[in-house]
Amino acid sequence: MHVDPFTDRNVSEQSAYYYVDMGEYPQTGWGKFKQVVKRSLKGELFVGLWVVMREMIKFDIHTVQYPKEKLPIGPRYRAVHKLLRLWESGFERCIGCGLCEKICISDCIRMDTRIDEESRKEVTEYSINLGRCIFCGYCAEVCPELAIVHGDRYENASEQRAHFVIKDDMLTPLDFLTAGQQKEYPGFGAITPHEDERVTKTPLAY
Amino acid sequence: MDLAFIIETVVKIVVILLVFSALAGFGTYFERKILAFMQRRLGPMHVGPYGLLQVAADGIKLFTKEDIIPQNVVKPIFKLAPVITAATAFMAAAAIPFWPEFTVLGYTVHPIVSDINVGILYVMAVMAIGLYGPLLGGMASANKFSLISAARSAAVFISYEVITGLALLAPLMMVGSLSLIDINNYQSAGITHWIAWSQPVAFILFWIAAFAETGRTPFHLVANDHEIIDGFGTEYSGMRWGLFFIGEYANMFFISFVMALIFLGGYGDGSIAGALQLLLKVAFFFFFFLWTRAAWPDVRPDQLMWLCWKVLMPIAVLNVIVTGVVILIQTQGGM
Repeated sequence: MHVDPFTDRNVSEQSAYYYVDMGEYPQTGWGKFKQVVKRSLKGELFVGLWVVMREMIKFDIHTVQYPKEKLPIGPRYRAVHKLLRLWESGFERCIGCGLCEKICISDCIRMDTRIDEESRKEVTEYSINLGRCIFCGYCAEVCPELAIVHGDRYENASEQRAHFVIKDDMLTPLDFLTAGQQKEYPGFGAITPHEDERVTKTPLAY
Repeated sequence: MDLAFIIETVVKIVVILLVFSALAGFGTYFERKILAFMQRRLGPMHVGPYGLLQVAADGIKLFTKEDIIPQNVVKPIFKLAPVITAATAFMAAAAIPFWPEFTVLGYTVHPIVSDINVGILYVMAVMAIGLYGPLLGGMASANKFSLISAARSAAVFISYEVITGLALLAPLMMVGSLSLIDINNYQSAGITHWIAWSQPVAFILFWIAAFAETGRTPFHLVANDHEIIDGFGTEYSGMRWGLFFIGEYANMFFISFVMALIFLGGYGDGSIAGALQLLLKVAFFFFFFLWTRAAWPDVRPDQLMWLCWKVLMPIAVLNVIVTGVVILIQTQGGM
């Protein structure tokens, strides 16, 4: 919808706001009586009755029966985080660079890394303190590997906040991955569509 | 007074009590559903199919809830007030014929507890006593909102009761009897003989007053949620509050019966079809109570009193005078 007329709060010809024509308020008893008769006999009451009756007959119900039906959420919705795996190997995408930990403005991400036997960096622990997380999405945006993303899980009732955000809960389970169930996240921090065509080679010679 | 009569009367009383207690429960279900549909919602859906068992769930909740009696209330009156509302609502039903008389196994049943000769007067009088429920409950509650509600209920009462009486006077002058069965039989010749056609003004006035009598939406100011919480019901909990509720809904059904009997021909000639028509008329009046609640705003107490005293009462008096003159001319002409 065109919103410009609504942003102008000054009542004028151009804006969408206008004064309701209230008319003169009757001062005398006779004037009040005439107003009541006019309002009663003009049929305004019956217009109201007709409107609600029409809605009842049309039966255009807008209720969403929530646990059974759910409204779709937007692709950029930022719900509880997920850690994704690589499609081919099933390895964790997270390389333990620590950027998310660093950029997190409420300081709620904590990760432990170590160098494993093959001299690769391994993430041993990864947790998000949901009591402090403000769901700003910076971690997903900064992640170079598209490893930490926001999921679509917004039903967060639980006995413990920690039930959502220790590493095992966020990480895609392996059987889930092999079943092809891991979803790429189209939202915050994800690569834009047709990114391959737009990427150019890094110029090495300056 | 023989034993058969006593047994019959007791059975009738029990049947009326049970049927209308249940109807009061289902009345809340219909109200929630119809209001929901009119506002594009679904209403209760989770307890039972289409939420039908919501009534049972509410009943269980009301019965098992803790009965709280606040500290500073006037205890005996506080405890008594809901009983007054519920009891008077059902007492009023004693003179209302709910069905034409019928014969079962050679025994003629009159589906009215007592066809007293001042029937409608008794009904209106007992319904008026129901005022003491909100009035006493509100005054005994030690709560300012309840007190306001009590004051309002008294003010509203003296306003609408005048309209009710004067509006009823004109049809009663035509019928010449206060018994609801006589009033019904006066119109038994068919739809053209309905009193609503010969007394449209009285019909409308009584209908308006019925909204004030039952405290339904245009005149819901006794327990207006957005102004005074639940009015006289604010401090009540559990089944005591439930009694207020049952009384209110039973009153809606009974006043619908009274309107259908007096103005819309009642059960007509007494056939099954006529009886079903009576139920349809009652259903329409009940539906209209809910319909207006979805559509209309509430008026202020002063507006209601202004309307009753300065607009409706003069019209009602004029109506009585005109009816009297017309009846006089007719009888004189007949002589």
